[in-house]
Amino acid sequence: MTVLALSWRRVVFEIRTTLRDRNAVIFSMLFPLFLLVLFGSVFGHQEIANTRVTIAAYLVPGLVASGLLYSAFQLLAISATQERRDGTLTRFYLSPMPRSVYFVGKLGLSVFVYIVQIALLIAAARALFAVRLPSGGGWWTLTWVSVLGLASSALLGLAMSTGAKTVNSASAITVPVVLFFQFTSGVYFVYTDLPQWMQRLAAIFPLKWLAQALRSVFLPARFGHFEAAGTFELARCAQILGLWVLIAVVLAGRTFRWRPASQ
Amino acid sequence: MRRFGDPEGLVFHRSLGVFGCPGLRKDVLLVSLCVEVIATRDLVKTYGAASAVAGFDLDVAAGECVALLGPNGAGKTTTVEILEGLRVRSGGSVTVLGQDPQNAERAWRARIGVVTQLATDLQFATVGEAVDHFARGYPTPRSRHETLELVGLREQAGQRVATLSGGQRRRLDVALGIVGRPELLFLDEPTTGFDPGARRTFWGVVQALREERTTIVLTTHYLDEADTLADRIVIIAHGRKVADTEPHELRSRVPRDAVVRWRDDQGVHELATSSPTAAIARLGAEFDGEIPGLEVTRPSLEEAYLELLGDIA
Repeated sequence: MTVLALSWRRVVFEIRTTLRDRNAVIFSMLFPLFLLVLFGSVFGHQEIANTRVTIAAYLVPGLVASGLLYSAFQLLAISATQERRDGTLTRFYLSPMPRSVYFVGKLGLSVFVYIVQIALLIAAARALFAVRLPSGGGWWTLTWVSVLGLASSALLGLAMSTGAKTVNSASAITVPVVLFFQFTSGVYFVYTDLPQWMQRLAAIFPLKWLAQALRSVFLPARFGHFEAAGTFELARCAQILGLWVLIAVVLAGRTFRWRPASQ
Repeated sequence: MRRFGDPEGLVFHRSLGVFGCPGLRKDVLLVSLCVEVIATRDLVKTYGAASAVAGFDLDVAAGECVALLGPNGAGKTTTVEILEGLRVRSGGSVTVLGQDPQNAERAWRARIGVVTQLATDLQFATVGEAVDHFARGYPTPRSRHETLELVGLREQAGQRVATLSGGQRRRLDVALGIVGRPELLFLDEPTTGFDPGARRTFWGVVQALREERTTIVLTTHYLDEADTLADRIVIIAHGRKVADTEPHELRSRVPRDAVVRWRDDQGVHELATSSPTAAIARLGAEFDGEIPGLEVTRPSLEEAYLELLGDIA
């Protein structure tokens, strides 16, 4: 079989076996939807200061960005840690399968979980809170932002898995990291309301740019005025997210270990 | 020890018309021609100041089943992991199937099969799916049917891996190790934690593979396992080779005296003797009928093994 065919089979295998794990399905695929319903039910229908945009609509891009972190960074950090412990990685290393097949399988799983997540989220936002769908150009922006975001956060998740010894420590590390970036990157709070130092810190990392580009997809163009730079800075977002993909490739390539640390 | 490749180790087989190792059979010759599958010289592995393997020579010929036997922490697993290309050695030379495992590529990996200790992966796959999935990486894999038939899991093909018993789970690991028709199979402590029935079943699987002429390197700390399955037993302790022998030779290393045990009013008596029949006849006369608690034992392989380990401790 060609590497391409093996990779495709691996993606199908990853998705099929993950879907059988009910906890994984409920937590990773339904979590953003759950947050939308929770936040939205409390103050979703309120309008933000005469903008004809409801709070529920404003939350959608942040929840898409969160979903991306769950489905790529967190999911892979935890599952690769587990697979280093349970023998998956050793089995792979010893088999004649090309190593790349493992990584493609993991990326494929992330893409699948992400698509299910945001499809459910967008459908619910539209049905329950009458949030408008992205326009034509918005879908294109959503696609490239998702590709760059998934690639960088999936690879960072794989890199992080090497640092964690057990599954518990992997979740103990990733959960606060994800929360920290969510709070400092304007996912749950309005970015420009945050203290200056926090904004500068968050601007180094990819989530801030991811959330900003996603706001351009889901919010009216005039919302660009509310951004720190006065526009959505899509070109800048693309550059910084692209740079993070490169950083993540180097980091994951240098740190990824197939074996648990020697006992 | 037979050393293949040394001219002294070869004998002329008149019926086959060739030179070969002693005990060569025609069917083995056709497949293997006594090719050396593993050759290590002075293998060393250190972790900081501690050495796990301290100068180890091992030769394995095609079609052989060799057991690496030793107590926990003797360096068995470290040794096989170096042979599998999973660990990097600190010194010495290693050739496995003509290559240094440290620089092995995909084509080499397709020729070996490995069953590691304690894999708990694939919980959400079915047995059949797992076999099919890993079969795809090999150039000429066995079919799912043939693989599962060999390890006795045909009826479990549709079952989730998570629901298998301990013994079945290990047989699945063997299935994944042999699905690519390996020339060389490593089994690392395959029956640890098994109940006696499951061990017998597992031994049957290994014997079936031996009949297919798969070269097998087995690590174990069970002597009876090494005795049942292996052509040759290599005993390791403290990272060194203590013995390299055939099972019956190992047995002959202990004194052949039998031990006669019986009981009387004063308690249990033991007598080591080279003529147990005479001793029993004497006792029979003494007791005038049945001898209470009579037992006659020969030194077991286990005693030979413990004695060897005792010598080096």
